Amino acid sequence: MIPAAGVVRSPGVSRARRIRDRAFTAGVWACGAIALLPLMLIFAFVIGKGAAALNLDFFTKEPNPPGVPGGGIVQAFIGTGMIMGLAIAFSVPLGLLTGIYLAEYGRGRTAGFVRFIAEILLSTPSIVAGAFVWAVVVVAMGTFSAIAASIALTVLMWPILTRATEEILRLVPDDLREAGLALGLARWRVILRVVVPTAGSGIFTAIMLAVARGMGETAPILLTALGNDFVNTNPGAPTDAVPLRIYFYAGSPVVQFHALAWGGAITLLAAVLVLSITARVLSHRQLKRVH
Amino acid sequence: MGASDAPIVEKAGAPARRRGRTRVGDAVFKGMTRIVAFGLVMLLVLMIGVLAADGVRPFREFGWRFLIGRNWNPVAGRQSFGALPFIYGTVVTSTIAIVLAVPVAVGLALLLNEVARGWLANIVAVLVDLLAAIPSVVFGLWGVFVLQPAMDRTIEPFLANTVGKVPLVGPLFRANVSGGFQGGDVFTAGVILAVMIVPIVTAVGREVVSTVPRDLREAALALGSTRFEMVRMAVLPYSRSGIVGASMLGLGRALGETIAVAMVVGNSLGIHVSLFNGGYTIPAVIANEFREASSEGLHKASLLALALILIAIALMFAALSRLLVRRSAALVSGGPAPPATELARLEGAA
Repeated sequence: MIPAAGVVRSPGVSRARRIRDRAFTAGVWACGAIALLPLMLIFAFVIGKGAAALNLDFFTKEPNPPGVPGGGIVQAFIGTGMIMGLAIAFSVPLGLLTGIYLAEYGRGRTAGFVRFIAEILLSTPSIVAGAFVWAVVVVAMGTFSAIAASIALTVLMWPILTRATEEILRLVPDDLREAGLALGLARWRVILRVVVPTAGSGIFTAIMLAVARGMGETAPILLTALGNDFVNTNPGAPTDAVPLRIYFYAGSPVVQFHALAWGGAITLLAAVLVLSITARVLSHRQLKRVH
Repeated sequence: MGASDAPIVEKAGAPARRRGRTRVGDAVFKGMTRIVAFGLVMLLVLMIGVLAADGVRPFREFGWRFLIGRNWNPVAGRQSFGALPFIYGTVVTSTIAIVLAVPVAVGLALLLNEVARGWLANIVAVLVDLLAAIPSVVFGLWGVFVLQPAMDRTIEPFLANTVGKVPLVGPLFRANVSGGFQGGDVFTAGVILAVMIVPIVTAVGREVVSTVPRDLREAALALGSTRFEMVRMAVLPYSRSGIVGASMLGLGRALGETIAVAMVVGNSLGIHVSLFNGGYTIPAVIANEFREASSEGLHKASLLALALILIAIALMFAALSRLLVRRSAALVSGGPAPPATELARLEGAA
């Protein structure tokens, strides 16, 4: 964009200034290296230690008692699936409708206020969402449950989906809306039949990112789903989850459980990264198509 | 997408019945989106209301001693709840995180927006995004089994032998109360937090830096500036308040981070000068004690009060940050902030 490198070589630039410029360039590259070093280390250890823990039992068996080697965390996979399924069912309609309100009807102060609230709710500490849902849902139901956990995740995913949906709907050109209206379609049908489908893959991307975020959350699930050593398929009962299992086993004095924790970490990380990377690739394509 | 909904249909001379139905459909749909949108606002109000309903009890019981008391004892009969150790630990770990993360994140934002071009820049940007996607519990697991041993054996003794001898800051880097470096400590927690908030600070930093007008950069270059001088004279002065805003967002995130911190901070109540001692944070104590506390008791109410304090502070920083970032953008362009697509994407992954 700006041929800055050429400028540096121009004869008027003194040695001292050139050295300072080089030092700056080296400095910002060093920042990149410092930020990415932990990423590399985390990947290396999770893959190294996690891959060794993976086998068929890991995905199909419940944990063995301490002292009995082997076993798996199948209850955690089933629990995470159940919690995420419910969380998606709750948060996607809420997030989409709020995003549609902000993008399609959102004018003036009221909408600005809603947008601001959605933005700061992105910073809700996840543990607070857990405590809040405990006080409302767990107390009312009288038990920890997958439903409570999915509502806690909904508290976190709703604002994420709202912001993302609004950004994506704003990329849809106004021409399309005007064309729909000019054909005599009602406004709401234009939104549902023209605008949302046009933004379809972008919205799908947003959902994937929100799911990736929700799936890795531990703190809110700890206070709402409680965890469970056995398979549970009742959404109204205490339920296990993969991040919860990693947390429990990482703090366990039993060494055999540490391997299961690393195994959980590699599967969780793989799922989250596949979602994030696919979302990134999709949104890249979407951007290219719109522009 | 004008503000008026119906006129086109009216002009088309559609039958009255259909016009009516269209109006009703529009009104219903718009009403529905509006109700859900206000639901989001109500969620915030409800959260604060619910937490406050129980959270006021410790304040009623202990008054301000709840915030400045150092004794936290949930054992029945000897119950006492003073939250100072958690407040102290939260402030210290978040401060360490900000001090370490902000310079790196600003450097990274400048690297990605001003210096690096082409595929290499793309790869760095993708990797920083991936860092944001790593779940907190995975950071914690790595912290417990990899970072903490490395800290105990190598990094902390090294810091104690070097920085620990410097006057003023030295006492922060001395052996812990048991005379060694073993165990979880606030420094390790701060380092993990720093790694975790670099992506979000970088994303907001890039958003801020990208609002500096091209004219300014070109003017600086036309005066014969090197790239460093262009950044120093044109980019940084205009981004200052936005960078403060980015740091505040990072601070808000660091304050509320739970699991990774709970796993490496040591979870001990003492308040010590040296950062190599164990500590405790507000989110960590909620995570550790919440399920054991009886629903009706003062213990639970005290934990809910801590949750209330936490969300109040976190959202305050988020709001301040947003205002600062917006103002910095408005100062430069005279208009509203540009769409934060990059940020929204990252928020999803963070």
